[in-house]
Amino acid sequence: MSDKKRVSRQRMEEQNPNVRIHNFKEVPLGFTEEQAIIEADRCLQCAKPLCVEGCPVFIDIPEFIKHIKEKNFREAIDTIKNFNILPAICGRVCPQEVQCEGKCVLGKRWEPIAIGALERFVADWERNNMIKSCPECMPPNSIKVAVIGCGPASITCAADLAKYGYDVTIFEAFHTGGGVLVYGIPEFRLPKAIVADEINTLTEMGVKIHYNAIIGKIYSIQDLRDMGFKAFFIGVGAGLPMFLKVPGLKLIGVLSANEFLTRANLMKAYSFPEYDTPINVGKIVTVIGGGNVALDSARTALRLGANKVIIVYRRSEKEMPARQEEYHHAKEEGIEFQFLTNPVRFIGDENDNVIQMECIRMELGEPDESGRRRPIPIENTEFIINTNTVIIAVGTRANPVLTKSTSDLKLNKWGYIETDEDGRTNIEDIFAGGDIVTGSATVISAMGAGRKAAIEINKYLQNKK
Amino acid sequence: MDLETPQIAKKAHAGNFIIIRINEKGERIPLTIADYDSILGTITIVFQVVGKTTTLLSHLNEGDDILDVAGPLGNAIHIKKYENPVVVIGGGIGIAPAYPQAKELKEAGNKILTIIGARTKKLLFWKDKMASVSEELVICTDDGSEGIKGVVTEPLRKIITEKKVSLVIAIGPLLMMKYVVLTTNGSSGLPKIDTMVSLNPIMIDGTGMCGGCRYLTNTGEVYFACVDGPDVDGHTVDFDNLIKRSMRYKEQEMKSIEHYEHECKAIEKLNKNKN
Ligand SMILES: Cc1cc2nc3c(=O)[nH]c(=O)nc-3n(C[C@H](O)[C@H](O)[C@H](O)COP(=O)(O)OP(=O)(O)OC[C@H]3O[C@@H](n4cnc5c(N)ncnc54)[C@H](O)[C@@H]3O)c2cc1C
Ligand code: SF4
Ligand code: FES
Repeated sequence: MSDKKRVSRQRMEEQNPNVRIHNFKEVPLGFTEEQAIIEADRCLQCAKPLCVEGCPVFIDIPEFIKHIKEKNFREAIDTIKNFNILPAICGRVCPQEVQCEGKCVLGKRWEPIAIGALERFVADWERNNMIKSCPECMPPNSIKVAVIGCGPASITCAADLAKYGYDVTIFEAFHTGGGVLVYGIPEFRLPKAIVADEINTLTEMGVKIHYNAIIGKIYSIQDLRDMGFKAFFIGVGAGLPMFLKVPGLKLIGVLSANEFLTRANLMKAYSFPEYDTPINVGKIVTVIGGGNVALDSARTALRLGANKVIIVYRRSEKEMPARQEEYHHAKEEGIEFQFLTNPVRFIGDENDNVIQMECIRMELGEPDESGRRRPIPIENTEFIINTNTVIIAVGTRANPVLTKSTSDLKLNKWGYIETDEDGRTNIEDIFAGGDIVTGSATVISAMGAGRKAAIEINKYLQNKK
Repeated sequence: MDLETPQIAKKAHAGNFIIIRINEKGERIPLTIADYDSILGTITIVFQVVGKTTTLLSHLNEGDDILDVAGPLGNAIHIKKYENPVVVIGGGIGIAPAYPQAKELKEAGNKILTIIGARTKKLLFWKDKMASVSEELVICTDDGSEGIKGVVTEPLRKIITEKKVSLVIAIGPLLMMKYVVLTTNGSSGLPKIDTMVSLNPIMIDGTGMCGGCRYLTNTGEVYFACVDGPDVDGHTVDFDNLIKRSMRYKEQEMKSIEHYEHECKAIEKLNKNKN
């Protein structure tokens, strides 16, 4: 064991920052087989693996790592898939530093195992070799279940229900599936071909997908009941953008991260005019916020030709909720950070185009209800930043389109659906999970919720028989 | 143009709109539902060729498919019996979405006084349809080629000076709606009358997700036209800002059309070479 720790953590090769800021291709290129095996060999195979405790879906991490070490990649991927059906996605976007890798014992004195990169490696191995196995399903039982939304929570729930033999239909508002995975997270972080591939697997499992179907508009839940659906999973996410309440919000060039990222990712505005959707990126772009959404917006703006991109965040570097790796990548790419800074107003020219932003410096006070120290403005520290585009990435809320049309569904005071631990709502045949229950969270927690709900839906429908 | 979308036709009401995407590379654009037939399962859309998407739309033949149609979106207008008549104003392409509102309000027992206007006679349409649901129909054109010469606010002014009116509905260009609101907000010495206008800003999702369609009220509150509207209380809307915002992608729209025409020419050339 003693020499294991001396081998240092393997690093994925990455696209050079000077090159990648001009393209939308993925940044880290993934482990080579050799690297994966070296990295897997560093694992101590702990009897009481702390990494598993840190994993929201309790993947048997030492087990899959052992298979990699022994070059049994098939077994490795199958082990992961028993717990997580979207490893190629999670390997890329999970905040491993606060989950599995954050708990790994090696991290206490040396560097933790690169669990995320290993997960990604085996998932890519399977996809690239085109030997992806379609999960086996129980014989069809012809009981219809509707899954609303097609983000990670819904994808997981639908796949599990299909495995149990249900006749599953997904209803998705947009013209493609994936939720935030396609409209939010950019191509250079999560190639859309991977998401499309997962959706494809779903259809191979017999799941039907209705696109352009906004539930609450084209069908209500009651309509779906009348159409013979016996149970419902709601995984519609938390998509409503929040705007800061500061003067100048009406100015042209001030937009929500959702709008900016949707234009760029979903509508492929980066290929305008080949694709029809336009996007405006000024010379200097300012992004407000400190999460993944802010970083994704900033790095997208850079790739769309901005000369300078500044992130303005009201807390300090330490409190930033973004994935560590992305912060690191953003810095490499030359994104500027103004920590402990908050906008006070946006200033426009005579045509209502934004040209400047007035900011104020902040300091950290007592911890607030989220446990993070509350930022407080410091008087007389106002200053001006010149900017041509302002992207607001300060969070999202629950979208009321569906819940408004289902008036007896119990919501909490912020408009999120109230459920118990297992995703049961106050209505017997309706289950929910993901961001619409928790507020903006993570891909893996949404998936976990989808899985739990599938188990409960199965129980509920079996008991009814 | 009529679209066969039985489920949307079944659910549609005056005030609703749809979002369409023509092909894989297309943008998503909102179009108001101008009429619907739940028995035939069709909805009617009327559009003006302004950008690439509407150009492509105008080139479709009967029986062609549109890749994506999502709807019915937005809130249906509130239909009830008002004490006094309702004035319905349709300007230009806005005549189309004004029609179902007039129709549904008439069915609820209201007396409808309609004003339709356009730049010139050629751009007027649905006169008979409008007349069939209206007590009175006033037509005006900017150049006087049909009806009164002038803008819709002139007959509106006349009506509200002479009669008691419960509600004004105005659908048309932003500038027209702005002047209708200035006529009915009590500032011009005329009585203040509730006025509903229909907003049709740039949209992407139409479900409240992007905030691109946001509009501000005079007091600075933010609303989303797609989920809070599209029909909203005209007296609260900051029209000047909306007018500026509606121009924000003009340059790119021109580029998109150029790119399209360029492609068309290239294809034409290819075809010629083949022959
Ligand atoms: C830019 C960005 C970057 C992120 N980066 C990360 C990251 O690196 N790592 C991480 O773990 N998490 C990240 N997140 C968070 C993560 O993506 C979400 O927590 C997760 O996607 C939530 O999944 P969900 O299934 O609950 O909902 P969503 O992914 O939001 O999917 C909901 C789906 O439901 C559809 N829908 C909504 N309303 C209706 C309706 N009425 N009828 C039918 N369909 C409807 C929507 O169109 C959407 O497709 C990021 C989020 C954003 C926005
Ligand atoms: S905690 Fe680290 S060393 Fe231990 S089993 Fe997990 S990954 Fe391996
Ligand atoms: S169109 Fe996106 S929020 Fe209204």
